[in-house]
Amino acid sequence: MGRKLLIHNDKVPGIHSLEVYRAHGGYASVEKALKTMTPDQVTDEVKKSGLRGRGGAGFPTGLKWSFLAKPEGVPRYLVCNADESEPGTFKDRYLMEIIPHALIEGMITSSYALGAKTSYIYIRGEYFYVARIVEKAIAEAYEAGWLGKNILGTDFSHDCYVQVGGGAYICGEETALLESLEGKRGNPRIKPPFPAVAGLWGCPTVVNNVETIAAVCPIVNMGGEEYAKIGIGKSTGTKLISASGHINKPGVYEIELGVPVEEFIYSEEYCGGIRNGKKMKAVVAGGSSVPILPTELILKTAKGEPRLMTYESLGDGGFQTGTMLGSGGFIVMDEDTSIVKNLFTFTRFYHHESCGQCSPCREGTGWMEKILKKFLNGTANESDVELLWDIQSKIEGKTICPLGEAAAWPVAAAIRHFKQEFLDIAKSKKFVDVSHYDKLYKVRA
Amino acid sequence: MGAQVHGTQQFDKTRRTEIKFGPLAMETVKTIISHYPEAKIKSALLPVLHIAQAEFGGWLSPEVMDYVASVLKIKPIEVFEVASFYSMYNLKPVGKCVLEVCQTSSCWLNGAEDIVKYIEKKLNIKVGETTKDGMFTLKVAECLGSCGTAPMLQCGASYHENLTYEKVDSLLEKYKSEGKQKNYTDLDYHNTL
Amino acid sequence: MKVTIDGKEIDVPKGTTILQAARMIGPEVAPPAMCYYTKLKTSGGYCRTCIVKVTQGSTANPNPMPKPVASCRTEIMDGMVVENFISPDLLEARKGVVEFLLINHPLDCPVCDQAGECKLQDLGYENGSAKTRYEFKRREYEMIDIGDKIKLHMTRCILCYRCVKVCDQITDNRVHGVVHRGDASEISTYIEKIIDNDFSGNVIDVCPVGALTDKTFRFKQRVWFTKPVEAHRKCTKCSGKTRVWLKGDEVLRVTARKDQWDEVEEFICNECRYDHKKTSDWTIEGPSHVNRHSVISQNHYEHLNDLKLQILKQQKALGFMEINKRP
Repeated sequence: MGRKLLIHNDKVPGIHSLEVYRAHGGYASVEKALKTMTPDQVTDEVKKSGLRGRGGAGFPTGLKWSFLAKPEGVPRYLVCNADESEPGTFKDRYLMEIIPHALIEGMITSSYALGAKTSYIYIRGEYFYVARIVEKAIAEAYEAGWLGKNILGTDFSHDCYVQVGGGAYICGEETALLESLEGKRGNPRIKPPFPAVAGLWGCPTVVNNVETIAAVCPIVNMGGEEYAKIGIGKSTGTKLISASGHINKPGVYEIELGVPVEEFIYSEEYCGGIRNGKKMKAVVAGGSSVPILPTELILKTAKGEPRLMTYESLGDGGFQTGTMLGSGGFIVMDEDTSIVKNLFTFTRFYHHESCGQCSPCREGTGWMEKILKKFLNGTANESDVELLWDIQSKIEGKTICPLGEAAAWPVAAAIRHFKQEFLDIAKSKKFVDVSHYDKLYKVRA
Repeated sequence: MGAQVHGTQQFDKTRRTEIKFGPLAMETVKTIISHYPEAKIKSALLPVLHIAQAEFGGWLSPEVMDYVASVLKIKPIEVFEVASFYSMYNLKPVGKCVLEVCQTSSCWLNGAEDIVKYIEKKLNIKVGETTKDGMFTLKVAECLGSCGTAPMLQCGASYHENLTYEKVDSLLEKYKSEGKQKNYTDLDYHNTL
Repeated sequence: MKVTIDGKEIDVPKGTTILQAARMIGPEVAPPAMCYYTKLKTSGGYCRTCIVKVTQGSTANPNPMPKPVASCRTEIMDGMVVENFISPDLLEARKGVVEFLLINHPLDCPVCDQAGECKLQDLGYENGSAKTRYEFKRREYEMIDIGDKIKLHMTRCILCYRCVKVCDQITDNRVHGVVHRGDASEISTYIEKIIDNDFSGNVIDVCPVGALTDKTFRFKQRVWFTKPVEAHRKCTKCSGKTRVWLKGDEVLRVTARKDQWDEVEEFICNECRYDHKKTSDWTIEGPSHVNRHSVISQNHYEHLNDLKLQILKQQKALGFMEINKRP
C-alpha cells in the first residue's frame, strides 16, 4: 500500500463535515503555520517539498509563490483553480466533494504564506453541486473561526469565497480564469505580465490547482523535507490519478509518485486490469492534451526500462516515444478501441472549447475536426493524414495560450503511433466502429 | 439603458416590470456582490446570470440580460458578450429539463453515443431539440468530469452517472411526473452564504 | 536597448516592442500586422501574423525563446536577436497563420469594397499560398446594418478586435463587441442595436478587411479609380484633417489620414466623414502619398472581368451563394 496524504480519510463517514474532519487531524496545518511559523517559513517548506503544480503543467509551486510581487498597499490574492475540465480528469471534483475542508485548510495556510487577505475558489459551473458543498464547508469554517477576522487570535484575517464558472474549458488556463472571475469572457491574457505581477483586478495573484493547495497541508504538517522523501527525484509526494476507460475499477487513486505504470493498470489496488479479459491497446496518461501511447510504450520506455508514474519517466523519450503526467487523467483503451474515433472526440472537444481569440486555434481546431469527420464517414483520402499532420504543426506553438498545443498534441501522437489505422480507413473508404459498450447491454439483457 | 428596439420586436415595457428578482434571489445576488471589492462588482456577472436563468424560465432573454446589466451597473453588451461565451447559458427558450449528455472520450468509450440515440428515440427529438410538451431539451456536452463513472448526463445541478437504458427510463419518468424546471442552482441557491 | 532584427541593429527605448523596433528600422524587416494598432491600447496578439523568431532572448539570457512570439506584444530586451524574413521556418509558420485566416474568408474580392486597400489581400498576396487546401463550406453570416452609415459583413471579419477597441477607447458607449466563442465568434451589436455616436465611423477605417464598410461609399467606385487627396476643414469635433477620395470633382468618400503602416493618424468625427461631400467643403492640400506595395500599384486588377469569372467559379465549387444576389 502506498502512502496517502490527501484522501486517506475518504471512506470515513461524515468526513465532509468540519467536526469529523477536525477529529481526524484537520486544520492542524493552519494551527502550526499561524502559531509557529512565519509566512516565509511556510513558503520555504513548500519549496523544500518539491511540490509541483498538479493542474497539468507541473511547475514548482514554491517557485511560483516566490515570484509573487509584494508592493506596499496593494492587495494580493490566492485563486484556486477548480475549473477541472480536462477530459479524463475528475480528481479535484472527488476531493472537493468528499473532503471539502482539505481544500479550505490549504487555502488558509497558503494564503497565510502569500499574505493574501482574500481568496477565491473558481469552480467550473457544471460542478454547481460541488460548489454548494464547498460553500457549506466554508460557512462551517467561518463559524468555527478558521476563516474571518483574527484567526486563532493571531493578526491574520482571511476571507474565502466560491465563484462558479459558466461552462468553458479554457477558464482552466490561469489568465482566462482570472478574466472569468472578473466577469468577462474567458479569453486568455497575453503574457507578460504574469498573474504574479498583475493578476486579479491587476493585483499580484497566485493561481493554484485544488490538489496543489490541498497538498500544502501535509507539507506543513510533516515538513517539506519529509514530503520530498516520498516519490522519485523531482517527482515528489503523492498524486491523485483519475482512472477511466476500459478498466475494471475506474476511479480516483492517490499514488506515491514512482509507482510503475504496469502496476497501476493491472494491480487490484488500483485499476484492476482491463475489462472483460481484453488486451490493452493504448493509454492517454495525463488528460486528453497529452500524447497517447501504445501499450508497448506506456509500459516500457524506448530504452526498455519500466515506465513509472512520475513526471520524468512518463516524459522519457520526449514526444517521440514518451508523454506527460499532465493532470493525471489516465484513460485506458482496450484492443477494440478506434484511435481515430477517440481522437475525433478529443478534437471536437478542443474545437468546441477554443475561445476564438487567436487565428490558428480558432480556425485550425475546426478544420481538424472536419477532416477527422471525413475518416468517420469513410470519405477521407490518404493525403488527409499528411494534411492533418501539417495543420497540427501549424497550430502548435503559434497560439496565445496552451490550448493550441493541447489540441495539436493528441493529433500528432495519434498519427505518430497509429498512422496505419488512419491509412486503413482511407484505403478501404470504410469506418467500422467495433467498440462495444458492455455496461449498457449487460443491464439491458 | 432606455427602451430599445430589439430586432423587429418592440420592447415591451409591461414585460420589463415583471423582470425583477424575487426577494430570495435578490438577497443571494447581494451576497454574491458583497464578495468583491465595491468597484469590481462586474465580477458577480457569471453567478448572477445563473440565478437569472433559474429565476426567469431557464433561459436568458434580451430583457433579462438588460435587467442583469442594470443590477450590476454595466453595459448590456458586456452581459451579452459573456452570456454567449459560456456554454451553460441558454440564449433561446429550452424545455423544463435540459438533458446534457457528455460525449467526450471516456463517455464515448462507454457508450455515450448509444445513450444519445436512445434518448432521441424515446423522446422523439434530435439533439438540440425540445419535446412538444416543453418538458425536455436534449443536448450533448463536452467533458463534465465524470469520466470514471461514464456514461453520464447532467440535468440541472444533478449528475446522473453510470447510465444504462433502464436508468435513463426511470430518470425521464421521474422528471416527467415531477414536471418541474431543473436549474443548475437547484440546491437552494438562497441558502448560500 | 539594442536589438538586432534580420541582421540590422537599432537602439530603442525601454518598453519598445519588437514590432515597433522593426518599423523603426524599416519595411524591409517589419512583420505584417493584422490586429495590432498603435493608437489602440491593448490591441494586438490575436492574429499571429506578426510572429517572429527570437534566437537570443537578451545579452543577460542568451537562450532562444522556445516558440515564435507575437512581435506586437513582446518587449525588447537588451541584446535581443530577432529573425523575421530571413528565417525560412518562420515564414512557413506565418504561411500557416495566413492560411488559417483565409480558410473561412469568402475571397469575394471582386465584389468587396475593400479590395485594393485590404490588408488581408496584401497579406495573402505576400505571405500566403496560391491554392487553398480547405475543402469545406465556409462560414457565412447575414449582412447587417449597424447604423445607417455602416455595413457589417461578418463573413469577411478576421476578428482583429480593432473596432471593439475603438468603441471602448474613443467613444463613450460601446454597444458592439465579440459574441459567442471559438470559430462561431462574431462581431455583433447588442441584439441589433445601432452604433451611434460622433466617432463611430472610425471603426470603418481601422477594419483591416471589408467587414465594416462605409455605406455611403459602397459600390460607388473601385478604390483604385479614385484619387485620394489630403484635405481639411474647420471642425469643432475633431481636427478636421482628413483624406478625401475624389473622382473628377465629386467627393466619393472621406476617411482619416493613414500613415505608412496604414494606421489612422488622427481619428475623425462622423460629420467630417459623412456630411461634407462637396469639394467646396474642403481645403485641398495636395495628393496623398499612397505608399502601396499591393494590388493597387501592381495593377493586378486590370483584367477585372476575367478575374471575376474565375472567382465566381471557385466560389460555386466551394458552395457559396450566388454572389450576384447581393443587395
